[in-house]
Amino acid sequence: VTPAAPVMLSASSPAAWLWILSVAALAIAGEVLIATGMKKVGDLDEVRSVSGLGGAISVVLSSGAFRVGAVCMALNFFAMLGMVSEVELSLGVPATASLTYVGNAVAAKLFLKEAVDHRRWLATSFVLLGVVLLRH
Amino acid sequence: MSHIVSTDRHPGHAFIAHAQEPGPTGRIKFSVSRSRLKLWQYLVLFAVMLTAPVGDAMLAKGMHQLGIVDLHHLDLFWHALFSPWVDIGILLLIGFFASYMTALSFADLSFVNPATALSYVVTALISHFWLHEQLTLGRWAAIGLIVAAVGFVASGPLRTEPGEVAPLARIDASEGL
Repeated sequence: VTPAAPVMLSASSPAAWLWILSVAALAIAGEVLIATGMKKVGDLDEVRSVSGLGGAISVVLSSGAFRVGAVCMALNFFAMLGMVSEVELSLGVPATASLTYVGNAVAAKLFLKEAVDHRRWLATSFVLLGVVLLRH
Repeated sequence: MSHIVSTDRHPGHAFIAHAQEPGPTGRIKFSVSRSRLKLWQYLVLFAVMLTAPVGDAMLAKGMHQLGIVDLHHLDLFWHALFSPWVDIGILLLIGFFASYMTALSFADLSFVNPATALSYVVTALISHFWLHEQLTLGRWAAIGLIVAAVGFVASGPLRTEPGEVAPLARIDASEGL
């Protein structure tokens, strides 16, 4: 007997959005911390050409921000596992990715001091509108 | 000949300085590498774009077969490790992590994210054609908006730092190191 396919949470379910927000928050924290670490390391290909692959890996792993970011990404992975088991993939993945993108733009401006100009904010607005449309 | 140098403004941030022939004064001049995307960098961004959605789809396929994970069935996470779909998904996501890290080493976070946003389209196509999920017109419009947003951002600069270190680089090049 073929087991019945599980009923997946849709966009109208608050539980689906709780999953989505949790995954996005962990991703933003992880990505900003990893970006902080990688900015300090510099162009990985150029570092590798001078110090070799082992040297490049050593430099990356010596970054505290990178290590904490990696832990956040690991937690994000398990949260993602839980989310894809309950939430429709075509809702969960684009929604978390969009929210992560918006959160990253804000965090890049605030914490990484990146040049997030009007063009990037306009893009952020488009993404937000896209997230709203995902609910329908 | 190349040297890794760092600046006071960005302690710990390494740049590659290429030594030029000694000038008339006998002082060695340096130039700092800040070129646009190279072929391998495009490939890295392409890997980021492809590995994440395919990996997510593999995980979804494996987790759907296992059933719903909640606080009372956390052991399902352990069983998930024995699912070939989940294993392939994990391998792809490791590949994603490596390529994403590499991308962040040569570009801004706010550049890498939108530059790889075509993964939304890949995800939509996979969920529709492979997982047989319903894609409404609204979701297609949302994906279109998100991809359009990529167009705005991708036309901007690759990373912020070169503009900030340019004055220092010019000083180094004119005075020698």
